[in-house]
Order: sequence, then structure tokens, then C-alpha cells
Amino acid sequence: MSVIELANPSRFLALSGRALPWLAAATVLAFVVGIIQISFAPDDYQQGATVKIMFIHVPAAWLSIFGWLLMSTAALGTLVWRHPLADVAAKAAAPIGSAFTLMCLVTGSLWGRPMWGTYWVWDARLTSVLVLFLMYLGVLALWRTIEDPTQAARAAAVLTLVGAINVPIIKFSVDWWNTLHQPASVLRLGGSTIHPAILVPLIVMAIAFTLLFLTLHLAAMRNEIMRRRVRSMMMLQAAASSES
Amino acid sequence: MTALAALLTRDLRLAVRVGGGALIGILFFTLLVTVVPFAVGPDLPLLGRLGPGMLWLGALLASLLALDRLLAMDHEDGTLDLIFTARVPLELAIATKALAHWLTTGLPLVVAAPLLGLLLNLDPKATGAVAVTLLAGTPALTFIGLIGAALTVALRRGGLLLAILVLPLTVPVLIFGVAASNAAIVGPVPFGTPFTVLCALTLMSVVIGPLAAAIALRQGLE
Repeated sequence: MSVIELANPSRFLALSGRALPWLAAATVLAFVVGIIQISFAPDDYQQGATVKIMFIHVPAAWLSIFGWLLMSTAALGTLVWRHPLADVAAKAAAPIGSAFTLMCLVTGSLWGRPMWGTYWVWDARLTSVLVLFLMYLGVLALWRTIEDPTQAARAAAVLTLVGAINVPIIKFSVDWWNTLHQPASVLRLGGSTIHPAILVPLIVMAIAFTLLFLTLHLAAMRNEIMRRRVRSMMMLQAAASSES
Repeated sequence: MTALAALLTRDLRLAVRVGGGALIGILFFTLLVTVVPFAVGPDLPLLGRLGPGMLWLGALLASLLALDRLLAMDHEDGTLDLIFTARVPLELAIATKALAHWLTTGLPLVVAAPLLGLLLNLDPKATGAVAVTLLAGTPALTFIGLIGAALTVALRRGGLLLAILVLPLTVPVLIFGVAASNAAIVGPVPFGTPFTVLCALTLMSVVIGPLAAAIALRQGLE
């Protein structure tokens, strides 16, 4: 089974239809394991129970990057190979990626309120995630503005790739800006090693959320293919009724 | 080469003649800077501290405002299709168009900045620093904006979307532009460090901008 054969939407639908229940079951299983582990995980001596927010926050942060990587790969597929499924994959990934980015921001500020005493600081990482979120919204806006799905896919692909080049630059410059403007941040994850009691559930949760992302993405791709079929059927119908 | 030169002179002529609107950007820039004291108060020391940031923000918004003129008018009257079929590579042709656009909208901002710095209570050294950083940084704004202009060229109301797409990409330019200006005024970083990065950003966008914009145009016009 090569990627080219998957370009046939019917074959993709059949295959993904078989894979989806298994993927969903794996997601549920990973979440059950993760939540059980979290409930046994000790509170942090400094952060108390709020450390539990990290079990959502860190996977969301990872997936906000993962979403853009997925979109960039799909964008290459769109621009280089004109792969029709790449369009669908890119379109389906954008809302999911932006949702996880928003989740990362929201959980981050909820955690920051008791820990830092404020919902928002212009910390380097917070700022670059915010810019990433705005870029996700820009891609979504572009998808919604261009009517023709193929053209929208190509425009979004160019923007995604330009964004992929720019995300590291933005990250670097925001880091630089931050160290210039204010003293070193309140918290550095790298500074302290994480105890296995926290680290293991964190990894399990990261896997669970990644599986959730993939499940949602596959389901969204199937929906998008069906939406396109409905669209073309309606256009055929309209053409037929105007002829008669 | 002559074709590119012809394109450059054509765009420059069009910009300065009736309907070109080359000076609207600079008027907007002036107005924006004039409005700042109304918003933050006429406190001169405060204005002096905010000055470089305000000038950069004004220049950023003014060049964003002008971006939809970069390709849209040529798309409407069919010039873009001619450029598309010309023997000159599309990348070079639109890079030339972006250069002409910068000469008529970006460069006037650089020239106006010292005058407006006077209004914002900047001392000569600060004014010079802002002008130099604008000179080095505004091409980056134009060439990054070129990508957005190419993406939205076929849309009838692309102006606002264009700004939304381009603004996040200009964050590094803004950061290093303002940082270099501030470094020249108060330190502690030497002026050269952020300024060199700013130049690097400009050079990179001069390469990436036309390439990405040409891809976008080719995909869109098919």
C-alpha cells in the first residue's frame, strides 16, 4: 500500500474507517492509564496540586507544534505532489492544532495565576505560543476566505511553509527580546530534573493526547472528504436542474 | 535586465502619479504618530522613552496598509498576467515590483522618521538610530508582505486578511528593529548585535519573500 494508492478517496475512507475504531480505543486506553497514574502521582512540594495542570498543558504544547509540523508535511504534499489527500489533511489539522494551542495557553495561564500570581506574563515561551496561535488563526482565516478548495489548499500550503520557516525565527527573537526586557523567567523546566513519579504519567498523557489528536484528525479528514462529496453532488444537482 | 529596469521605472512612475497613492502611507504614518500623545499624554520624557517603539509601530502599520496596492492593481488590469508570461523569471519580476513598492512607500517612511522623532522628543542620537534601523528593516516588511499580497491577490476584499497573515511574521523584525534603536539610546547591548540580526532578517526575507510569493501566484493563477 503506497501513498499514491491512498490518493483514491474511497480507498482511504474504507481503510481509515477500519483503523478509526482501533485508534479511538487506543486513545481511551491511554487516557485511562494516564489518569490512573496521575491520581497516584504525588503533589509537587512547591506547586502543590497545580502540578496536575501540567499533565494537560505539556501535551497540548507539544501538539501545538506537532499540528504545525503535520500541516507543513501536508503542505509539501499539496505543493510538490498535488496529492489530493494532503489538502484534506492540512485542512483537517488546522482547527485541531489551533484548539490544542489555545488549550496550552489557557491551561498555562490557569497554572500561572496561583504560581506566578498573574494570568499572563510576557514570558518568552508564552509569547511565542501566542504568536503561533495567531498564525493558526491566520491559516484558518485563509481557508475560510478562498472559496475553491483546491486553490485554498495551495494558498494555505504556501502560508504554512512560510510559517514553518518563521516559527523558529520568532521563537529565537522572542527569547532574545525577553532576556533583554526582563530578568530570567520564574520557572525553567530544564533547570530542575523531573522526578519519575511525575515524568512517567506525563509521558503517558503525551501519548494519550497524541493519539487523541490523530483520532480527531482522521475523523476530521473523513468528514472533509464527505463534505466535498456532498458539495460536488449538490453542484451536479444544481447543474442538472438548470439544464432541464 | 532591461525588462526589469523598465518594470521598475513603470512602477515608480505609476506610484507617484495620480492614483498611485505613494504618499498616503507617509500621511498615515504622520497621523499615527500625531495621535500617540493624545493616547498616552503629552509627557515629554514618557514620549521620549516610547518614541522608537511608536515610530516602528507606525512604520509597520503604514507599510501594511500599503501592501494591498503591491499586486492587486496589476492583477485587476491584467498586467500581472503579462508579467506571468514574460521571459523574465516571475521571482525576479515580483522582487522588482517589491523593490519599487519599497522605494515609494518604505523609503519615505525612513525619511519622515527623523522629523516625527522631533515631535516625540527623541534626541539626535536616538533619531539617527531609529532612521538607520528603519532603513535596514522596512525592506523586510515589504518583502514579507509580498507573500501576503500574493496569497490574497485574487480576493476582492483581501486587505484585512493580508494584515492578519503578515503581522505575525513581522514580529522578529519589530523586535530587533526596536531593540537596535533602544540599544543605541540606553544600551546595555551594543547597537551592532541586534542591528546585524535585523539586517540578516531583511536579507532572508528578500530571498524567501519573492520565492514564496511566486509559488503562491503560480498556484493561484492556474
